[in-house]
Amino acid sequence: MRFVDEYRNEADAQRLVQAINRLVTRPWTIMEICGGQTHTLIKFGIDQMLPARVTLIHGPGCPVCVTPIELIDKAVAIARRPEVIFTSFGDMLRVPGSEADLLAVKAQGGDVRMVYSPLDAVKLAERNPDREVVFFAVGFETTAPGNAMSVWQAKRLGLKNYSILCSHVLVPPAIEAILSSPNNIVQGFLAAGHVCTVMGYWEYEPIAARYRVPIVVTGFEPLDLLQGLHMTLKALEEGRVGVENEYARSVTREGNTAAQKLMQQVFEVCDRQWRGIGMIPRSGYRLRPEFAAFDAERRFAVEGVTAQESPLCIAGQILQGMKKPNQCSAFGKLCTPEHPLGAPMVSSEGACAAYYQYGRA
Amino acid sequence: MGTNNAGVPMSGGRGDAEMADVGASLLAGLQCPIPLSDYPTVTLAHGGGGRLTQMLIERMFVPAFANPTLDMLHDGAILQVGGGRLAFSTDSFVVSPLFFPGGDIGSLAVHGTVNDLAMCGAQPLALSSGLILEEGLPMQDLWRIVQSMQRAAQRVGVPIVTGDTKVVDRGKADSVFINTAGIGVIAEGIDVSPRRARPGDVVLISGEIAVHGIAVMSVREGLEFETTLESDSAPLHDLVASILAVAGDRVHVLRDPTRGGVSSALNELAGQAQVGIRLDEAAIPIGDAVRGACEILGLDPLYVANEGKCLVIVARDQADAVLAAMRSHPLGRQAAIIGEVVDDHPGKVVMRSRIGGLRVVDMLSGEQLPRIC
Repeated sequence: MRFVDEYRNEADAQRLVQAINRLVTRPWTIMEICGGQTHTLIKFGIDQMLPARVTLIHGPGCPVCVTPIELIDKAVAIARRPEVIFTSFGDMLRVPGSEADLLAVKAQGGDVRMVYSPLDAVKLAERNPDREVVFFAVGFETTAPGNAMSVWQAKRLGLKNYSILCSHVLVPPAIEAILSSPNNIVQGFLAAGHVCTVMGYWEYEPIAARYRVPIVVTGFEPLDLLQGLHMTLKALEEGRVGVENEYARSVTREGNTAAQKLMQQVFEVCDRQWRGIGMIPRSGYRLRPEFAAFDAERRFAVEGVTAQESPLCIAGQILQGMKKPNQCSAFGKLCTPEHPLGAPMVSSEGACAAYYQYGRA
Repeated sequence: MGTNNAGVPMSGGRGDAEMADVGASLLAGLQCPIPLSDYPTVTLAHGGGGRLTQMLIERMFVPAFANPTLDMLHDGAILQVGGGRLAFSTDSFVVSPLFFPGGDIGSLAVHGTVNDLAMCGAQPLALSSGLILEEGLPMQDLWRIVQSMQRAAQRVGVPIVTGDTKVVDRGKADSVFINTAGIGVIAEGIDVSPRRARPGDVVLISGEIAVHGIAVMSVREGLEFETTLESDSAPLHDLVASILAVAGDRVHVLRDPTRGGVSSALNELAGQAQVGIRLDEAAIPIGDAVRGACEILGLDPLYVANEGKCLVIVARDQADAVLAAMRSHPLGRQAAIIGEVVDDHPGKVVMRSRIGGLRVVDMLSGEQLPRIC
């Protein structure tokens, strides 16, 4: 299959592994930010093909994983209302709140539906004028343009029965939070190719300069990851810092300016809680006041909901790269994909689920 | 009638004291094997063909119904009758939508049970048809389904010899549910069983995987692809007959990887035979359209349902002959050797990825959910 097989070629992969082997003279620790990249690394066994001196740390770039538990509880409270059709991307449905997940609400009779695009949720609102359609708008800069478009469309269509439960998060503030932590051990980053397709990579240049690290914008196929790792390791070995672009077939320095403009019209930057990490200043999006009518938290008055995490879950340390999933005492025992204690065990992008599913016990 | 926490039937409901006594004596002291704190209600994942389905079977059904025939956990039961052996199997069909590209619930219901019988190494003899209809179902839809069942049964050459019909209130069922059961005859010298997989055996698949699941999903979820994907729903008894004709009792295991896909089927087999299975990702046949859809949706085709494919585990010395027999059959043109049975990692399936790395291929956990990004 074109545009896939080229990037999964075994001979090329082996050549890159050998090149990495020749290159590395010292131990290095690299973080891939994005859960999709974690998934590829484990799924294709790349982590086990690399020299032992290269340590990969799986970053907080899994939207399912970092969505705060309060927000899941708010989603559950809204989805239980009889007038509501609650719509979400598939993998949010199984994330545990403090007492239920959305699939449980569905099993108990709530109208919870999986959609593939927020625009499908807008269509549902058009077709069901007597119901309230709510979309669970989570994700990084990748899903933000689509979610912004849904609100923009709903406003243009004059829909009064569409709203979003919004918890958008942004990558650069998370990288800064990790780099500025006194416990930081990460020496280089793979930035997420799809995030940079939207946002470009100019935002990362001051971060790379300030914290003196290489950041390589990297794609999601096995060869992309090996190439991105090779570029990062080469920069580390040569003592270079700055941003490089492995994913040039999709990413430009400026990014998708039309998408950025739409996001700026609909959203504004705000402080955000990250599940397992805590509050990161200016690390998320919320709806601008002119779009407040589309804010599900206001519409259904769930602002007061608060919640507690399982005390056993060490998701915070895992998402910051301080521990590996299989170093958690609950991993694979009390915490499994059937019974996740924390969100990283839920989405296939979550580091714990990737370790569990692909047998890294 | 409900049960209280001790698992003893509560009074009320029918109020039949004798029944309650029988129930109480049978169930006395038995706790519900699925802890209420874990799953107070049945979830869709309990029917997804993965780990939770297996948990229901292993913890609730098998202990409750325990007997040597059931304990084999085959696609169907194998019964000794006089000097011969009969295979007996049942399957229920709740697919939505009722009509999908490449098939409908009627033909699927015939093929499903025919295939369960074929996976026991049996030639199907007769089928039953149980229909549960929702009030308000258009008569024209019912007629289309019945005609489709008739055509499918005729194509297989197996009569539908008995049936039952129930109608329920509107809202109590989703248009039509069908249960079919079937019996078939196992020829002398055939011995197909999940427990016969042994190290050194070769694993084959009869064609491209994940077609049915993606075809149904594409209409159910309103996904629009450039090409229409048709379900692979097909009766496999004839393909199986041609496999058994060349390799006889050297065919150790047959399994149709329906719900939960190839990975769940192979995990079940690895667990039942306590062997390891090694797969080669690059050897697994998969069409570009299905692969593309899976890539877009973030689904793993190894977990997606098939309705016209068959996994074969055969002694190594017969692998090439079986492959040739499959490829000369219309339903096996894309057949391929995809792996082998090994001594290592008993109970586990391990796959060599396209780029040469290794990973465990686990059983589907919950339902497969498309990823956010």
